[in-house]
Amino acid sequence: MTQATEVKPLIRVKNLYQLFGKDAKKHIHLVHEGKSKDEILAQTGHTLGLKDINLEINKGETFVIMGLSGSGKSTLIRHFNRLIDPTEGSILIDDDQDILTLSTKELQHLRRKRMSMVFQRFGLMPHRTVLENSAYGLSVQGVSKAERNKKATEWLEIVGLKGYEKQYPSQLSGGQQQRVGLARAFCTDADILLMDEAFSALDPLIRSEMQDQLVELQETLNKTIIFITHDLDEALRLGDRIAILKDGELIQVGTPEKILLEPATDYVEAFVKDVNRARALTVETVMKPAKHRITEESIAGALAQMRKMPEDYGYYFNDDGYQGVILQETLEAATKDGNTGNVSDEFMEDIDNISPSDILESVIPETLNTDYPLPVVDDKGKLQGQLSQSSVADVLSNP
Amino acid sequence: MAEKSWLTDFPQMDRDDLVAIRKSLDGTYRDFSREYGEMIEGFFDPLLQFLVAFEKLLVNSPWWAVLIAIIGLVYLVSRSWKLSVGITVAMCAVGYFGMWEDTMRTLSIITVSTLTSIVLGIPIGILMARSNRVQSIVTPTLDIMQTMPAFVYLVPVVMLLGIGKIPGLIAVVIYAIAPVIRLTNLGIRMVDSEVLEAATAYGATPFQRLIRVQLPLSLPNIMAGVNQTIMMALSMVVIASMIGVKGLGQPVLKSITNQYFTMGLLNGLAIVVLAIMFDRTSQAYAKRTNNRVSSH
Ligand SMILES: Nc1ncnc2c1ncn2[C@@H]1O[C@H](COP(=O)(O)OP(=O)(O)OP(=O)(O)O)[C@@H](O)[C@H]1O
Ligand SMILES: [Mg+2]
Repeated sequence: MTQATEVKPLIRVKNLYQLFGKDAKKHIHLVHEGKSKDEILAQTGHTLGLKDINLEINKGETFVIMGLSGSGKSTLIRHFNRLIDPTEGSILIDDDQDILTLSTKELQHLRRKRMSMVFQRFGLMPHRTVLENSAYGLSVQGVSKAERNKKATEWLEIVGLKGYEKQYPSQLSGGQQQRVGLARAFCTDADILLMDEAFSALDPLIRSEMQDQLVELQETLNKTIIFITHDLDEALRLGDRIAILKDGELIQVGTPEKILLEPATDYVEAFVKDVNRARALTVETVMKPAKHRITEESIAGALAQMRKMPEDYGYYFNDDGYQGVILQETLEAATKDGNTGNVSDEFMEDIDNISPSDILESVIPETLNTDYPLPVVDDKGKLQGQLSQSSVADVLSNP
Repeated sequence: MAEKSWLTDFPQMDRDDLVAIRKSLDGTYRDFSREYGEMIEGFFDPLLQFLVAFEKLLVNSPWWAVLIAIIGLVYLVSRSWKLSVGITVAMCAVGYFGMWEDTMRTLSIITVSTLTSIVLGIPIGILMARSNRVQSIVTPTLDIMQTMPAFVYLVPVVMLLGIGKIPGLIAVVIYAIAPVIRLTNLGIRMVDSEVLEAATAYGATPFQRLIRVQLPLSLPNIMAGVNQTIMMALSMVVIASMIGVKGLGQPVLKSITNQYFTMGLLNGLAIVVLAIMFDRTSQAYAKRTNNRVSSH
């Protein structure tokens, strides 16, 4: 999630261009001149893969790259471990190391220790057992058999494949095979995980299971994950930030909320149109600042304060901070009864607090059941904002 | 009207010129073989030693020991009782009809030329798979080697090395090596690109990729190539016997010139026995590896 302290990005992509074809360097000027992908293809037979990509990926975040088929997602992710070399541009890791200047040895080291990759069609070796596949990264490094098997066994257990060690990949279901892919990726302790449509080949149920497992693992491992998908729901579920690619160009980078609520172009808008926002957004992104604060201690004072406000409710604060919601009618009734004391708990509305991190969908019934905006209170009891029926309606109806 | 017209007859090169070309080419090659023949023979000497030793081993060891060894190998590789028993019976029949020694000689030359083809062919196939340039040179060369009548390249080989085992071996290898090369190339090129990418992504060196991914995964194809190579080598037995390779080919050749039908038939059948043995055994092996390697 968002970093508390200012961190330098772990990976920076600068002005990355990829033109596929024999004489890419010779024709790249056409890209700079602004010729379109189709024009370049017709003129030179070269395919524009990526155009002027600039990205910063922070340590510990899950960075999702999204786009339609052919938009260049696989091309982009294959640049991080240099399965593809760019035509132009640079990729910096750890702030200053350009991976394009690495020697063969250094590149091997990067691939062995820093990055691991999960593939859409799993990329398992059919002639090796599940255990050998999981231990593959370590075997490449020359780690002893006993040690790598121990580690692989542990990871297979974590991903739920205990007992399958001696099977061959072809004896496993798709979901199980991808778990082997995950075990293989985690086995090397690499801090950067590249996942190219890792869950796309799985059916929806298994897929959502695997997403949960990834989220769960990520909570303890805190790896930097670059995740590719063409599925927006998956992107929203996993991503701390999302980048949207179209025809090799980066259209927008931002948090899931930002992408949903402020799509940069019509393309992004079309992309996010069908998303179930109630499920994708949290209360935090929809709530408004809570303006109507009541601070007078006496009932009479509080009522006077409230009457000056445009609304007939208020959030009551005393020296201990936020206490609850009071309605004008409650105070008026108390005054009528001749109560001249102070505001106390018994005058507060009896409601469940909602928290900023709640999924919007889960609080919709409560919002609809109350006439006033619900207070949004964090886990320390502090009032963070208010959620009104109209804000919810706005965000859900506004395309 | 003695003048010939180029319209009715193909315009030909002058007869004398053609003779001159032939003479000078033949002469140059003859000089070359006189000059370097011995050196090249020396180069092949270790191979000859091996060939002779292997043949001696097969011919001089007691027949039952050789038979047990052969059947043992057949069983180990094929894991089939039926095949092992069948081969035992057939080999006994071959011996009973007096062809044991010739069969052993043929077995020896086939084994050595197959091994030579594998040792040369797999690396060439690997190079071919790595580079489209190499592939575009090797493929037409193999086409020529396979279609050129064997007698044509027997001539220079014999001119260079005389008559004997080595020229025979070379002739067999030239004819039979193509399938190993082609199928090694094909097998490596057909390895799933994502599997290979995975190996690269985890930091495998090109050598690690070759040994632990590409070769194991192309093994079924390579085995199919080896199988074809053996079959082609066997079909060269008679021709090789024309340049002094001893074995089942010589009686066949004799039966052609003297019209001994039965002798030709029996020796031909002995060749068939060898062919079946090699073919079924290597196919059973290929099938076993294939089952493991191919995913569903
Ligand atoms: N090796 C290559 N040679 C030529 N063109 C290529 C190559 N690899 C990719 N391309 C082209 O680059 C573009 C982007 O391809 P890429 O595979 O990155 O798309 P993608 O976003 O991953 O699509 P998908 O969702 O289908 O996987 C496509 O137009 C493709 O044809
Ligand atoms: Mg892709």
